[in-house]
Amino acid sequence: MAPVDIQIGHRPNLGGAVLGDTDPATQGGYQNHPPRMGFFTDTSVCIGCKACEVACKTWNAIPEDGLVFTGMSMDNSQGLGASTWRHVAFIEQRKPMAAQDPGVFHDQDVLALAGQGSGTSPDQSAMTPTTPGANGDFRWLMASDVCKHCTHAACLDVCPTGSLFRTEFGTVVVQEDICNGCGYCIPACPYGVIDQRKEDGRAWKCTLCYDRLSVGQEPACAKACPTNSIQFGPLDELRERADARLARLHEAGVADARLYGRDPDDGVGGDGAFFLLLDEPEVYGLPPDPVVTTRDLPSMWRHVAAAAATLVGGALAAFVAGRRL
Amino acid sequence: MTEQIASSSSDVTENGLRGARPDRDAVTGVATGQRGKRGGKGRGKRSGKGRGRQGDGAPTVPDAEFTSYYNLPVINKPVWSSLDIAGYLFLGGLAGAASLLGAGAQATGRPALARVSKVGAFGAGVLSLVGLVHDLGRPSRFLNMLRVFKVTSPMSVGSWILAGYVPLTGIAAASSLFGKAPRIGMAATAGSALLGPAVASYTAALISDTAVPAWHDGYPEMPFVFVGSGATAAAGLGLLTAPVNQNGPSRAMAVFGVGTELAAFERMKRRIGMTAEPYSQGRGGGYIRAGKILSMVGLAGTLLGRRSRVLSTVSGAALIAASAATRWGIFHAGMQSATDPKYTIVPQRERLREVIS
Repeated sequence: MAPVDIQIGHRPNLGGAVLGDTDPATQGGYQNHPPRMGFFTDTSVCIGCKACEVACKTWNAIPEDGLVFTGMSMDNSQGLGASTWRHVAFIEQRKPMAAQDPGVFHDQDVLALAGQGSGTSPDQSAMTPTTPGANGDFRWLMASDVCKHCTHAACLDVCPTGSLFRTEFGTVVVQEDICNGCGYCIPACPYGVIDQRKEDGRAWKCTLCYDRLSVGQEPACAKACPTNSIQFGPLDELRERADARLARLHEAGVADARLYGRDPDDGVGGDGAFFLLLDEPEVYGLPPDPVVTTRDLPSMWRHVAAAAATLVGGALAAFVAGRRL
Repeated sequence: MTEQIASSSSDVTENGLRGARPDRDAVTGVATGQRGKRGGKGRGKRSGKGRGRQGDGAPTVPDAEFTSYYNLPVINKPVWSSLDIAGYLFLGGLAGAASLLGAGAQATGRPALARVSKVGAFGAGVLSLVGLVHDLGRPSRFLNMLRVFKVTSPMSVGSWILAGYVPLTGIAAASSLFGKAPRIGMAATAGSALLGPAVASYTAALISDTAVPAWHDGYPEMPFVFVGSGATAAAGLGLLTAPVNQNGPSRAMAVFGVGTELAAFERMKRRIGMTAEPYSQGRGGGYIRAGKILSMVGLAGTLLGRRSRVLSTVSGAALIAASAATRWGIFHAGMQSATDPKYTIVPQRERLREVIS
């Protein structure tokens, strides 16, 4: 993919109505900012080569993240963390190859399934695509995971030092010269992306190669991806491209294909890095319905205030009742 | 489980393969949610092992089948140490409620109770600051907490509250101990009593404002559990250290604290359903049960031994221990719920299903 030409200071032509709510850089206070940049990771063409993991490590000078042999699959890095900013998941399934599954010859009530949508209840999960099929069926899912650079980013919201910030590209980056390693961002992330580097004490995660973006280069992982599974560009463009790709896959009979993190109305306001998956998100280790924890914070503060008032009332009552106790 | 994966210990020896882990046989799809299947124990829903230990009226939750990625956690669990952070939750509650007890004792002419409460609030406040700084990955940068003020970050709000609160408790305690500057002491006492309830309650928002299922889901009741637990601890401190004839308010506060805490906790467990499991299982469940027993014992001793110095002391210690046990229990239950992907995935799946139907 050719490097995307980013013109710093270029004012995107956004209609008045679009401005505001959904554009994180505008919300972050940037006036003349470049368009929101992100990743579209199309896992249907991922070959599990891990070039993205290597390129990311090399470019960002990330230390070793554990020389571990898990024995569970080709995946030895296991998940995203402080020193793993791209992670390739490997899933082996007793299922027909995705492209060969027309998705219609099932002995199922399709109308009932349609009413239920893509969400499957646990008690009905025997009917999900993840159910082991007949012997002989086999497919291998591979997917490169990364920080989602959420529209509403919990890590950014809860950071007490202002170390995490929103860039002009709409991405979320840690300023390592400010982070004091309080660790609050770590459990705040609904995806399990950011983590603490033990020997260093600070929190680290994908920067969407902020340094490369700033000089008009695409991030290292996207640059290295040999199949264009990782696509980088302005988010609007990526969403269009993803919709077209999804339509093509559905046409070809890959009924399992779905986009994850593309919807601006989801619990995190849409991901800056979103995915095309061939199975339920949890099969890949992704949460099926992530919600930014701070969505409930106003209500939390109200409950805290009520509890504080209760404590004051309790103490006053204790001194009234205390004369007789 | 994850620890096993993280540290490979298998080895090829002259006597064959040793220490090979079952992870080699790991399957994907629905089966990864089935513990029993891992060790080749056959098919079925979740094995009965984990469920048998569930006790004391915990809500019955249907066995959940779910899919995960090799049973690895979805979220990254907190890196906080239990001594620093569970300790902080406990000490913050103790300090905040003790400030109220101290101010009330001063206002109602109970000098000994006022003194121990103020000194206790200061001691707990300072210790909690030590715990908070010690837990940082970069303790030397603790002042960065005061670089910004963010209402979206309970930790930022809390840092600012503590920055005002702890010095005030120090002045109040010093004035009360040395009998100097009574007016300044009075103002500091009033100030710390004003901030105390915030110190005792905001920590609930601190832990609830995360993706940790057992913490986040319990957010409406958590502040009430926390102020109750704080009141229990402060009452315990009064009973432990102040003369019996000044401790009427401490005894009443113990009733309030234990009652509020247990009622709010029960309500939370009933409401959140499945994510409440860790509160009755494993390490977290053990601490919670210990806390419950200690509070009942402490409360009974408090009310029965109103004139007994020995009984008051023992009950006071039991109440303090009860509060600490509850905080440790909540801390560990949160960790358990973060480590098991079930608690992240199943409720989210249920939610999606409800939205669609």
